[in-house]
Amino acid sequence: MKPIVRVEGLSKRYTLGARASHDTLRDSLMSALRSPFGRARREGETLWALEDVSFEVAPGEVVGVVGRNGAGKSTLLKILSRITEPTSGRVELYGRIGSLLEVGTGFHPELTGRENISLNGAILGMRRREIQAKFDEIVAFAEVERFIDTPVKRYSSGMYMRLAFAVAAHLEPEILLVDEVLAVGDAAFQKKCLGKMGEVAREGRTVLFVSHNMTAVNQLCTRAVLLSGGRLALEGRTQEVVAEYFRAGSDGGGERVWSEQERAPGNRRMRLRAVRLVSDGRVNNEPDIDKELSVEVEFWNFVPGGRNQAVNIYLQDAAGNVVLSTANTAAANAHDDDWFRLKHEPGLYRSVCTFPANFLNEGTYYVTVYLVTLGPISLEAEATQVLCFNVFDTGVMREAGAGGRWEGVVRVRLPWRTEALAATDAAQR
Amino acid sequence: MTTSGSASVLKPAAALTDSEGGAAAPGQGPAPALPEHPLVTIEPGRSAGVSALRDLWHFRELLYFLVWRDIKVRYKQTALGVAWVVMQPLLTTVVFSVFLGLLAKVPSDGPYPVFVFAAMLPWTFFAGAVATSGNSLVGSSHLITKVYFPRVIIPMAAVGGRLVDFLVSFVVLALLLAFYRVPPTWNMLMLPPLIVLLTLLALAVGMWASAANVRYRDVAAILPVLVQLWMFASPVVYPVRIVPEEWRAVYSLNPLVGVIAGFRSAVLGQPFDWGALAFSAGVTAALLVFAALTFRRMEKHFADLV
Repeated sequence: MKPIVRVEGLSKRYTLGARASHDTLRDSLMSALRSPFGRARREGETLWALEDVSFEVAPGEVVGVVGRNGAGKSTLLKILSRITEPTSGRVELYGRIGSLLEVGTGFHPELTGRENISLNGAILGMRRREIQAKFDEIVAFAEVERFIDTPVKRYSSGMYMRLAFAVAAHLEPEILLVDEVLAVGDAAFQKKCLGKMGEVAREGRTVLFVSHNMTAVNQLCTRAVLLSGGRLALEGRTQEVVAEYFRAGSDGGGERVWSEQERAPGNRRMRLRAVRLVSDGRVNNEPDIDKELSVEVEFWNFVPGGRNQAVNIYLQDAAGNVVLSTANTAAANAHDDDWFRLKHEPGLYRSVCTFPANFLNEGTYYVTVYLVTLGPISLEAEATQVLCFNVFDTGVMREAGAGGRWEGVVRVRLPWRTEALAATDAAQR
Repeated sequence: MTTSGSASVLKPAAALTDSEGGAAAPGQGPAPALPEHPLVTIEPGRSAGVSALRDLWHFRELLYFLVWRDIKVRYKQTALGVAWVVMQPLLTTVVFSVFLGLLAKVPSDGPYPVFVFAAMLPWTFFAGAVATSGNSLVGSSHLITKVYFPRVIIPMAAVGGRLVDFLVSFVVLALLLAFYRVPPTWNMLMLPPLIVLLTLLALAVGMWASAANVRYRDVAAILPVLVQLWMFASPVVYPVRIVPEEWRAVYSLNPLVGVIAGFRSAVLGQPFDWGALAFSAGVTAALLVFAALTFRRMEKHFADLV
């Protein structure tokens, strides 16, 4: 099919350090004085935020753009939405494009909800008639009917975000660029936003979705592109790309170590140091289905006499469903381990949780780790989808002649017993 | 194995979105018929020419909304609201009338307050428009880095907001004329073209200053000083005739001379200096083209610099 978006050899260079631009006239004059012949010095480190990126998007596709920070995702979106120009390459768009790089752009706190809807709509490129036609729908979606004539500065942050997203969600371009907008609001509203995005996609519109939320990418996108260091690292089915994203992101596969303490997730009470997957006696993110798999979490406690510190692990499957959540708390622990209840001195600790062999079905799983202090509950550190692993089916549970994959999230060997109840006489049939 | 209730209460929203959002299958909706040629082509150095004007036309409503926001916000927070539009030139006129008219005895044609106010109105508009539009791009960085629209709309909207103020303040001029019993004349028909000319001049200067300000923040510091000097280089508080004849040619290079003097002639019913007006129009057109070209050249870097 003919693509609706065609990106060809797109590159964008930024100059760092000795800046190409002079912030003040004085700098400009000084450099002109220093090198009176020839143009002002232009060297300085250059950074290719994007380098020779090419891909195509077919009409109606929902394509995820993933990559670590600094991979070039935002630059790509900025070029596609014409905020900044590429250094070389070209993009062809065969449809109206709308971008949502941020919600609430141009919202003014002094204006009422009603006024901001008009203004924001115009900024996003909607016609006045279009805005009027959708006004009621927007207000209903944002659930701010009662406050529509109140200045938005009196809104709660939740209401503000809802209204902002509502306007943006009612844009109707043929190509929609979305950046991380879903990372706002409470869980219920996020769900609504995801639903809206799915709806947009079902209407046959094309969406380019940039996000760190792999669950959302997995749910919404049929295809994804992975950017790494400004280059296109992989393009393909979402699951494969997301798996590659995690594989490339964890150090050496199956392990994530934060070498700089200050940059590790955490706060002044607790901080993560490492999360790793161990199976078959080594760091391993491709465990066999019939081997145990351990998740090791290394963390610092900085609180003298700290207690009630819980290590939580969430396991999600490729579709984003939570397979299980577990913690090292006494009640959740199969071992008789009192660590959670006891007082601890500041130091480095390690918690290990072991999943039994023959438990998870073959497939891709994501590990999320939270450090939490309980009673009163407070989140100290979070590492969302920090590791990814693939459970491989070695065939131990396959029956010859039955073929195929077992259905289900888990694949547990359960005790079965089959016994004879009565004999039938062939003659009685 | 039971799960500890309190531990599993904690469900950070970002991590857990359940699958009700629904996976989207592609191409279920009606596939839109794609045009033969791309609607938009993005290339280095591309966004020029006709497409730029077409874009500007497409976003004309944004211009309207930005002007409207400007005005609305400006008057929402001030106690006197619209009264300020009128007070500003009025107070300046009082000050100049006392110090220059009464004390320094600067010559004037007609009563000094009317004489000054007739020029102070367009001047207040011009100075205000240049100052606001000059800072407008830098002040709108949050828009520039997040959404695409023709950037020129931002300085345009700044001038537009001031233009509305300007038109409102004509009411005071009418009252002042009535008070001093200055009869209206056919000369007033020249006001609309003069307003257009002055608006274009303010736009040219404001557009250029706003673009330069993105790269050199010095502009924000220099601009108020230059504008102040510009007032005294224009016939706002004194008549053109006190400028010595031999300096008149240099003096008239200032495009504001023809426009401001023209305003005064239109209001007070005095003869126009058509030569000076034509010259002002010419300079304005040249400045506008120059500013537009500069703006276009720098526009593509705004998002990276601002």
